[in-house]
Amino acid sequence: MNTDSGQKTFAHGSVAAVRPIVWGDRAFRLTTQFFALAVLLVLAVILATLAWAAWPAFRHFGWDFLASTEWNPVTQQFGALSPMVGTLVTSLIAMLIGIPVSFGIALFITEIAPVWLRRPVGTAIELLAAIPSIIYGMWGLFVFAPFFTDYIQPLMSETLGAIPLVGVVFQGPQIGISVFNAGFILAIMVIPFIAAITRDVFDVVPRTLKESAYAMGLTRWEVIWRVVLPFTKVGVIGGIMLGLGRALGETMAVTFVIGNSHDLHLSLFMPGNTISSTLANEFTEADGELYTSSLIALGFLLFVITVIVLSFARLLLMRLERAQGGQKA
Amino acid sequence: MSRYARRRAMNYFSQAMAMAATAFGLFFMGWLMWTLIAEGAAYIDWRVFTENTPGPGSQDGGLANAIVGSLLLTAFGVLFGAPIGLLAGTYLCEFGRRSWITPVVRFINDVLLSAPSIVLGVFVYEAMVAHMGRFSGWAGAVALALIVIPVVVRTTDNMLGLVPDSMREAAAALGAPRWRVTVWIVYRAAMAGLVTGIVLATAQIIGETAPLLFTSLGNQFWNVDMNKPMPALPLVIFNFAMSPYERWQHLAWAGALLITLSVLIMNIAARVALRSRRTD
Repeated sequence: MNTDSGQKTFAHGSVAAVRPIVWGDRAFRLTTQFFALAVLLVLAVILATLAWAAWPAFRHFGWDFLASTEWNPVTQQFGALSPMVGTLVTSLIAMLIGIPVSFGIALFITEIAPVWLRRPVGTAIELLAAIPSIIYGMWGLFVFAPFFTDYIQPLMSETLGAIPLVGVVFQGPQIGISVFNAGFILAIMVIPFIAAITRDVFDVVPRTLKESAYAMGLTRWEVIWRVVLPFTKVGVIGGIMLGLGRALGETMAVTFVIGNSHDLHLSLFMPGNTISSTLANEFTEADGELYTSSLIALGFLLFVITVIVLSFARLLLMRLERAQGGQKA
Repeated sequence: MSRYARRRAMNYFSQAMAMAATAFGLFFMGWLMWTLIAEGAAYIDWRVFTENTPGPGSQDGGLANAIVGSLLLTAFGVLFGAPIGLLAGTYLCEFGRRSWITPVVRFINDVLLSAPSIVLGVFVYEAMVAHMGRFSGWAGAVALALIVIPVVVRTTDNMLGLVPDSMREAAAALGAPRWRVTVWIVYRAAMAGLVTGIVLATAQIIGETAPLLFTSLGNQFWNVDMNKPMPALPLVIFNFAMSPYERWQHLAWAGALLITLSVLIMNIAARVALRSRRTD
């Protein structure tokens, strides 16, 4: 569609009469292009700004910044190990709980539920994703944590805690604020994301493929496990990575329930911290260049980690889209 | 057990687990909502909307300044972010179809879409607050705008993509210049979808807390000056929820209920608007 040349053919007036129209087109096109490029640059600008502001901390501590658990504003010693471990451990717990549950929900919505029930259930689960993070935090601290410490945690300590060697992970004081609680609440927060993508991905499986599998006498589970899942593997992993990206960066919910302690413990029932909870708690109180810079360095690390995870997620989802587009044609 | 019985048992087991997983998800949705209503509904009265946040230990006070602050921050966040997102999304779908930029922008935008909001707060702190030497409503609005942009880019790109090319060609064949085709034909056809995208972005930033912690900071008093620290509902909730003062805790729950209801209403409205459009 090239209106520029078309204009010239139809225009009865002089070239001058045509020109404003061409200029309007060019201006509009360039404006939209400018903002598209601006979006492209945002990521680079954020990374560069954070790296610049984090530089004093990286220069001062070197590689020790990543390896040290020391976090002492008085002696100006800062290390990122504790919040990094906390971020990874809470996200890992969220994934361990969230992935099977999301998979079950996607299964229920695409294969098991009667058609009239699919949309309301799907919407209700997706609305879980709309609830602000801080609401999860409040609920987690005041409602879920007491319930968990009174009923679930003793049960886990008695059973899982009795296992030799790994049992120590499940033993600890019953105080309600803990790494495990933060991970559990993160699980509930990422379930809608993973479930929604898994469901969408399951929906792209060609009907004929499933029908032929059923025709061979496969059960519903066998169709899911041997036909649907292998077909959609890439997309499902993409959805999981997307959920992981969310869990890594989630702030307010974690800040409420994790206890914000810089000590590393073996027990999941001890308080801990994450990169984002440390930022939320300490950023406005940080005095001195090194303290602020160390916190920004934490933010930089978090951003780099999540960008890598999210890029990977998008690449996988794009690959599935392309494969699917290729099949349609 | 015969092979057939084993296969059948596995099938029933997996379906039962899928149902249990769904019940698990719905249970938490119900639990959250029930908690919010049980804890917050009783404290929503006229004082919440007419009085400012109280000092420690006071038995009075409301959330008026925080509600207005939230509305201002959200409004400016959308005002800054939505046009940028709209124009960038327009390029992706209307002009850049064959450009190498388009897939790259789409990819980066999708990454930004899920980027941790607290990092955006740190970025705006470094880029604005540290240079200007003060926390301000403007800084908060810019941080929120950074969340709005990728949402609007994505929905605009998708919604414009649903407008059939024959409509663009018909308009162009009548001699309309390209920008008029986009503005008067394509935008108009996709209007419901574009508005939905902006509503979804609004719903997302109205409950955002993390990026405001060190940009707009919060303010105990009535303030409509965007150059000063600006109060916001999520910030009040964060400060009041863990406080020892009864009235503060009550206000935190009332605020939580208000925010959640408005977010859910906007989300459901957006879904309904999109659904009725799609079936046309």
